[in-house]
Amino acid sequence: MDTIQILFFSLSALAIFSAIMVLVSKNPVHSVLWLIAVFFAISGHYILLNAQFLAIVNLIVYAGAIMVLFLFVIMLMNLNSEGEPRKNWWMKLAGVVSGGCFLVVLVSLVKQATELSGKAALMKTGDIGLIKNLGKALFSDFVVPFEISSVLFLSAMVGAVVIGKKD
Amino acid sequence: MTLLALDWILMLEKLILIAIIVFASLGIALYTTFSERKVAAVLQDRPGPNRAGPMGLLQPLADGLKLIMKEEIIPNSASKGLFILGPAMAMTAALMTCAVIPWSSSVELFGRKIDLQIADINIGILYVFGVVSMGVYGIMIGGWASNNKFSLMAALRGASQAISYELAMGLALIAVLMISGSLSLKTIVDQQMAPGAWWNIVYQPLGFILFFICAMAECNRTPFDLPEAENELNMGYHQEYSSMKLGFYLFAEYVNMIMSSAVMASLYFGGYDVPFLDESTLAPNIAAIIGVLSLLTKIVIFLFLFMWIRWTIPRFRYDQLMNLGWKSLIPLALVNMLATGAVILWQQG
Repeated sequence: MDTIQILFFSLSALAIFSAIMVLVSKNPVHSVLWLIAVFFAISGHYILLNAQFLAIVNLIVYAGAIMVLFLFVIMLMNLNSEGEPRKNWWMKLAGVVSGGCFLVVLVSLVKQATELSGKAALMKTGDIGLIKNLGKALFSDFVVPFEISSVLFLSAMVGAVVIGKKD
Repeated sequence: MTLLALDWILMLEKLILIAIIVFASLGIALYTTFSERKVAAVLQDRPGPNRAGPMGLLQPLADGLKLIMKEEIIPNSASKGLFILGPAMAMTAALMTCAVIPWSSSVELFGRKIDLQIADINIGILYVFGVVSMGVYGIMIGGWASNNKFSLMAALRGASQAISYELAMGLALIAVLMISGSLSLKTIVDQQMAPGAWWNIVYQPLGFILFFICAMAECNRTPFDLPEAENELNMGYHQEYSSMKLGFYLFAEYVNMIMSSAVMASLYFGGYDVPFLDESTLAPNIAAIIGVLSLLTKIVIFLFLFMWIRWTIPRFRYDQLMNLGWKSLIPLALVNMLATGAVILWQQG
């Protein structure tokens, strides 16, 4: 077992444990904090794959900005674990069944993929994740989808401003 | 020495470097609290702390001792784990920034070339942003876990302020990155050190002013200290805190100030560069020592500027703060970015 494998397995364990804690935590604020831990673990995986830019952007955008907004909303709504409405048992059952089906589909997909079978993830190799190469790829090969998605973001921003504006 | 296929000597070297930098920043932060009180005293025409030790120089130690000896109170209705996590996160995030700052050129010790930078990573300055955005959680968690409405209001203020000003800061930064073409702080400093090169402040005066204002807001310094506005929020997000937990929050602010000063010095003022001196003609170790002193001097000047502004300008109102951030700084930063891009394109022909 070399260093990278040790890191990989401990990060995976952290990610899975935190993801379970997100679901199990009674308090929504705790759930959000565990979700941030999940993002950290996933960023660690990105770094192992030598995708440093993706790792840090994941932290800045998701863990740093979006989760802060989540926390804002939850803190202002003042959700208490006691005040949370109890869900019906059949709602829970439906959730378990649909989640289980999704899991089965995902696992079978991974098992069927021929290019994945019998191969370990490539660690610390490849430099497409470095910012220089990523930028070149985004602004040459994928420039049209990139620009279109930025227009999409802009329209979302304008929409938010329009909705937020008083009359 | 091939256990786990790691270079253990390198690990040891980095660990020692981390320890030195962390303790040095804590030490400087300790004396920054002292000099803040002295500067405030000078600006308000009074002697300031002068009882503990010669010229009051032992005052920070006395302050620290006082904080440690005080009774530690965790409110009954507080969320205990998070209450402790809050100040810990604030402090950790403040200290983690130091990892990518190039403190000086490399020294040669025992035949090894040791870089005086903990990690020269590809993403460099973005790492600083990532860590800074984590620092917000220290305030938010602490404010929420205290279970006090004033703390919560202060925490929300702090977080929204940090998010708003991070945007303008990032936009101001993009202009610097367009000039340097690299995210690595080491490369940015090296470019400014090259013979005949100017510091980035010459190319980016507006960008620097924007960055400086945003850094002040990120550090919750007056005139942006709304999360700690005593007359509106009693004391702010750390109202329920006592003893060293409170100390951590107060201290993290000073560490943040030091780190943002170091980042600004590296981005705009040549980092460890001494103006009009060609470091490559000196012996590497001497050049490194001069470099550290030069960077420290720049940091001290920035710290003084922070204090000077704090004791001169009153606090903004909350709507003024938001208007300044969103309606002045961000448009200015955008214009600055576009102008820089246009000039670069024009120069490339």
